[in-house]
Amino acid sequence: MADVTLIVDGKQITAPAGTLLIEACKSAGIEIPAFCYYPGLSLQAACRMCVVRIEKQPKLATACTTTIAEGMVVQTETPEIAQARKATLQLLLGNHPLDCPVCDAGGECELQDMTFKYGAAESFYAEPKNHREEQKWSPVVYFDRPRCILCYRCVRMCGEGMDVFALGIQNRGSSAVIAPNVPAQLSPDDLAHVDCEQCGMCIDACPVGALTSGTYRYKTRPWEMNHVATVCTHCGDGCKTTLGVRSTSDGSEIVRGDNRDKSGINNDFLCNKGRYAFDFANHEDRITQPLVRQANGELKPVSWEIALDHVGKKLRELRDTRGGKSIGVIGGNRLTNEEAYLLQKFARTVLHTNNIDHHRTADYVAFAQSLAGHGERTASLHDTLKAPAVLIVGGDPTVQSPATAWNLRTNVRLNRAKLYIANAAEIKLRRQAKAFLQLAPFGYNALAAYLAGDEAAALSATSDTAALSSFRDAVKAEENLLILIGSELRGAELKKLIDFGLTIPGAKFALLSDYVNSRGAADMGLLPDMLPGYTPVGATSPMATEYAGPNALGLDMLEMFDSADRGNLSALYVVGANPVARYSIDPATLKNTFVVVQEMFLTETAALADVVLPAANLYEKAGSVTNSYGDLQQVSKAGDRAGVRTDFEMIVRVADKIGANMQSLVPFGKGLRADMGQTRGVQSGEADRHAVWLTANNMEPRLSPFDSFAILDEIQRLVPGYNILRLQLLSGNDQHLSPAATPLVQISNRRDLVVPANDTLFTSGTLGRYSTMLCDLQQNEILRASNLTQIQTAAD
Amino acid sequence: MSTVTNTIFSPELAARFDHLVTIYPVKRSALVPMLLYAQDEIGYVSDAAVSEIAVRIGINDLEVRNVLSYYSMLRTKPAGKYNVQVCTNISCMLRGGYGILDHCKKTLGIGHKETTADGTFSLEEVECIGACCWAPAMQVNYDFHDGLTPEKVDVVLQQYRDGQGKDVK
Repeated sequence: MADVTLIVDGKQITAPAGTLLIEACKSAGIEIPAFCYYPGLSLQAACRMCVVRIEKQPKLATACTTTIAEGMVVQTETPEIAQARKATLQLLLGNHPLDCPVCDAGGECELQDMTFKYGAAESFYAEPKNHREEQKWSPVVYFDRPRCILCYRCVRMCGEGMDVFALGIQNRGSSAVIAPNVPAQLSPDDLAHVDCEQCGMCIDACPVGALTSGTYRYKTRPWEMNHVATVCTHCGDGCKTTLGVRSTSDGSEIVRGDNRDKSGINNDFLCNKGRYAFDFANHEDRITQPLVRQANGELKPVSWEIALDHVGKKLRELRDTRGGKSIGVIGGNRLTNEEAYLLQKFARTVLHTNNIDHHRTADYVAFAQSLAGHGERTASLHDTLKAPAVLIVGGDPTVQSPATAWNLRTNVRLNRAKLYIANAAEIKLRRQAKAFLQLAPFGYNALAAYLAGDEAAALSATSDTAALSSFRDAVKAEENLLILIGSELRGAELKKLIDFGLTIPGAKFALLSDYVNSRGAADMGLLPDMLPGYTPVGATSPMATEYAGPNALGLDMLEMFDSADRGNLSALYVVGANPVARYSIDPATLKNTFVVVQEMFLTETAALADVVLPAANLYEKAGSVTNSYGDLQQVSKAGDRAGVRTDFEMIVRVADKIGANMQSLVPFGKGLRADMGQTRGVQSGEADRHAVWLTANNMEPRLSPFDSFAILDEIQRLVPGYNILRLQLLSGNDQHLSPAATPLVQISNRRDLVVPANDTLFTSGTLGRYSTMLCDLQQNEILRASNLTQIQTAAD
Repeated sequence: MSTVTNTIFSPELAARFDHLVTIYPVKRSALVPMLLYAQDEIGYVSDAAVSEIAVRIGINDLEVRNVLSYYSMLRTKPAGKYNVQVCTNISCMLRGGYGILDHCKKTLGIGHKETTADGTFSLEEVECIGACCWAPAMQVNYDFHDGLTPEKVDVVLQQYRDGQGKDVK
């Protein structure tokens, strides 16, 4: 739109026509205070804090509802305005308790800031304040009624943003109150509750401490924590979450997760898992000592040295006597890219085996091969916020990838994006859809065939063939379509759908998977038939010449267990995975296999192990992860626990004990060189500017084999598509990478091993079982469903 | 034919509601009239009424409650058979409205928003009922009584007690 020029506080500013005055001022560096205004949500003009003086207007006007006009002259800070804002604050403080010293929001409260700024601490109102007890609306949402300033942010956030509508406003005037959707009289325990997705967005939006979080309340103060921005370990969206960390006697504990700086790939959004489900790290069952199975069959805690010696000796012996082909390696979906890469390199070059796999939650191999040569056709998570039209086939983003769903809802609401959904279930996003096509159960393959032009497939795709035909016509007429594909489509069917999509000009694709680094695990080659970057095993490639692994294809996940069943698997090395539970493996299968498991807890798999090595989780390590879209982000270390080590360090130490050439496994000691201080010339004796710059950018020379950046260097050098912009990564920004597969392998020949995790909003694989908050939320849902009295903890 | 099966309302009211949602540009404009008609039929707006109205308009129960709680003439608890609403707004106040209210409290033995033990009367202090010219005034259900004096109030209340009063719906 055309630009408009106006004068604010004597300064000329320019912004596109249609911009709100408050936003135009913000972009010019002039902050106008507001409680009710929230970018992207509907306008409320409820708080009257943003009043400004606009020339030729008789009264003060609200900057949040005024669109800028040519030649407008605005004053944003005059004694008159300060007086108006002060009066507003005095009214708000009429009932607001001054319990800032105990309030969770103290130190981060917008009302507190404004009261400091405008000095409204003294009030004309001498009447007693209206006190109400705080209410527990759910295990994670608590409501403190007197602190509420009725800005309606939570109401709009829940309704417009989340499409849940669990919060409303009831009564009138000074009795007005935010009310949840399960009123006390309809609740079995006679207390009001929320029946919702428990995302905590209302708490995030609350400018004061009226809505507080069940995990964080009364635990600490914002300035007593360190804040570490990292990537959430749960679903495949890979949202940035900021973890509040404080020191404990055995490390540092995460006390809060939130979306503090809103600078991440997820913008405003964070779901309940990113916000609350960090507590597995503090679970009492956590293993903090290496365990080795003794002759009597018991797992006994031993020192690291003994455990690593044992693993190294055993693995070397089994490799040398029974061959690398008898060893299996299973990686996890929550490892960093560096760890996944190192693990497969360790398997291929140290253990000499291609028997390596991970729990696949989407068919990324077929995805990469179908899009080979179409690098620019892969979508970023950002595209879900901007694409003019979106087709979703399969999946349920609301539950499986909540940030995707949030972006799509925002896109529909703000940009009128057109959403086309084909699904066998009536997923919640259909409420935003322009067209929803109800597929027959398992009708995805038929749909892919029909879209590809096979008219005969129509009847197996859906019972409503007329709708199917108009659906295809509507989709075909779109341009720049974003196609989101659920894990239901695999192999040849996935290729069919992508081939259809490639006929649409500007179409982009994304394949949704279940965990934070499911995509990274596939990209990094935790696969029996693919080297990193979807380079087929055995094919000539820079990757293959770089490190010579075995040329034969390895065993996949199920074949490894079949092999163990026949007594042919001498050892199994599991890093951050629980295949025994996921694939329902009979424990007896592994009785003749030497099993090493790197885990946080004694999972079904770890319980069968001969050696369990206590692992750090994603919040306790540094590295990078790739979300389902292929957006790479940096993971920073937030928490710490004495006794555990990162998977990276453990793999390196095990390799060392096996006697591997460490310089070739982890290329440390090369690359960027250290020059410790100027020794010559006019700057002699001054600090080494190069080293200072490197340190400032977190790029110290790779002097240690435990430096994951040494592996990142190698990933960047070797893995096709991983052309990482270092500073982008190190500044905590996301960057989109495209797989660059070579379409050499016949897709249909590959065995389909995709097992979707089927996680709900309140589960997260094996890890989720150890999150107290997720367990509470599941219990909360069950209780609501069975209409029993909710277990209440004392509110005060 | 009612659009809602198993309606909790009488067939006539259900039919009226079916029609009501069709006559506004936006369905939810029918919300306040529906709440009033529901209250007239049931005596108050019950939880079941809230749910059915929400279904009829296509909004959440919560949104119905948001509106319901805003208006003081909508109630969620049963009132007496005759709901005595005494105006104390400015005209009535100047002409002795508070005296009338106090007299009602004394004779009926109940306070604001309370109901007599036998469930015959309930009492409410209300804002302007639009009878300023004949202040002080009160409204019993939908029937107006104006130019009141304590004596006249006694007569009116007795009429209702005897079942002689008009019960306008």
